[in-house]
Amino acid sequence: MGWREKILKRSLWVYHLATGPCNNCDIEILDLLTPRHDVERFGIKLVGSVRHADVLLVTGIVNRKCVPRVLRIYEQMPAPKLVIAVGACPMGGCVFKGSYNQAGPLDKIIPVDLYIPGCPPKPEAIIAGIAKLLEKLK
Amino acid sequence: MGNLGFNLLIFPGFLFVATLGFLWMGIERKLTARFQWRMGPPLWQPYIDFLKLMIKETLIPANAQRFMFITPPLLAFAGVLISSLILFRTSLFPKTSFLGDVVVFLYFLLFPSLALILGGSASGNPLAAMGVSREIKLMLSYELPLILAVFVPVWKTGSVKFAQIMSMQLQKGAFALHYPSCFIAFIVALLSIQAKLAFPPYDIPEGETEIMGGPLIEYSGSLLGMFYLTRGILHFLLPSFLVFLFWGGFPFNRWQWILSFLKALVVFLIMVVIKNINPRIRIDQAVRFFWSRVFVLGIIAMGLAIAGW
Ligand code: SF4
Repeated sequence: MGWREKILKRSLWVYHLATGPCNNCDIEILDLLTPRHDVERFGIKLVGSVRHADVLLVTGIVNRKCVPRVLRIYEQMPAPKLVIAVGACPMGGCVFKGSYNQAGPLDKIIPVDLYIPGCPPKPEAIIAGIAKLLEKLK
Repeated sequence: MGNLGFNLLIFPGFLFVATLGFLWMGIERKLTARFQWRMGPPLWQPYIDFLKLMIKETLIPANAQRFMFITPPLLAFAGVLISSLILFRTSLFPKTSFLGDVVVFLYFLLFPSLALILGGSASGNPLAAMGVSREIKLMLSYELPLILAVFVPVWKTGSVKFAQIMSMQLQKGAFALHYPSCFIAFIVALLSIQAKLAFPPYDIPEGETEIMGGPLIEYSGSLLGMFYLTRGILHFLLPSFLVFLFWGGFPFNRWQWILSFLKALVVFLIMVVIKNINPRIRIDQAVRFFWSRVFVLGIIAMGLAIAGW
């Protein structure tokens, strides 16, 4: 829809939020920035503060302690905001399913725009997912 | 003389420096990527980033002081705009240079750092406060060597006017290539503007990995965009300032003018190389480096200049 999305599409700044993952997904995400995959080609970069971000990248089962934090961080993000759930954890809990501290899948707490399944998803899969998200933006 | 409004908004002013500044920024990002064996973003990435920031929502944190939070980005932008106008209007119309414009230029160049300090402390975020304290310490350490370095070409010309410094260099050849004192002063100034741009190894106030953008942490949307624009302009303005003082100035006749931009690019490339082969240092190391090494170099350059070298 118009030029705003076109601009947003070419410069996604990503804030990475870990809500109790096993950390493997986070490592795969860092792989995206290495010379082999280099998502900065598409203008994607990791930022340190959620106020600068366009995309909230969530990994991990959302555990009970994290729920208020996830909500707060989501609310602190400026308006055109996208949420990506990476890994099987934020969708169904993966190996932690049924755990006493699992507060449920991520989409029960905040709206999610894109799911990238896998345990962990390959960097290629994450790039393919982001490409699909960009399609959706159009 | 040209129309001041036109000068301010379009030609040597806003549009011109912003376009070139973002181009310089794009070159920097591309080169950094190539240094790390990556493809890197396209050259026009900074323009897109800036436009995107302008269309994002602007949030003002609940416990920030509203007025002090909103004004600093505008202040920073106004500061660099005026200083670039002083510099490039002198290049186009040397007659508009006034007595002491070097000093005024340096004064306006302080605005971006001051704005970061003001805005960061008004945002009410502890990490921003930490970034602010580092910014102040860094400013205290690089500002004096920079002034010492600027003193050397001023002493050589015997005048604090950009136009005189430029015409003197046109007659006698570039300062940095002819006088050892000016060459040393050039190096001192180069290190200082490296810190002024907060390039590694001096990106201490903004340390992305530890204090998440420092003073900028609470800024979003168009206010962040203003800071981004200011930074972009500084990418171009500071190297050109060095070229102006030490490497022949920007005389406005076709080939020499274009050549001057290439010189500014060369100065900038040196900074990018320094940026990429150095890790970030701690703030105490930076202060010690500037006060015990760079400052001494500056004093030596000044002494040599007074002795007539
Ligand atoms: S999806 Fe798998 S790899 Fe990713 S955080 Fe969960 S358990 Fe770890």
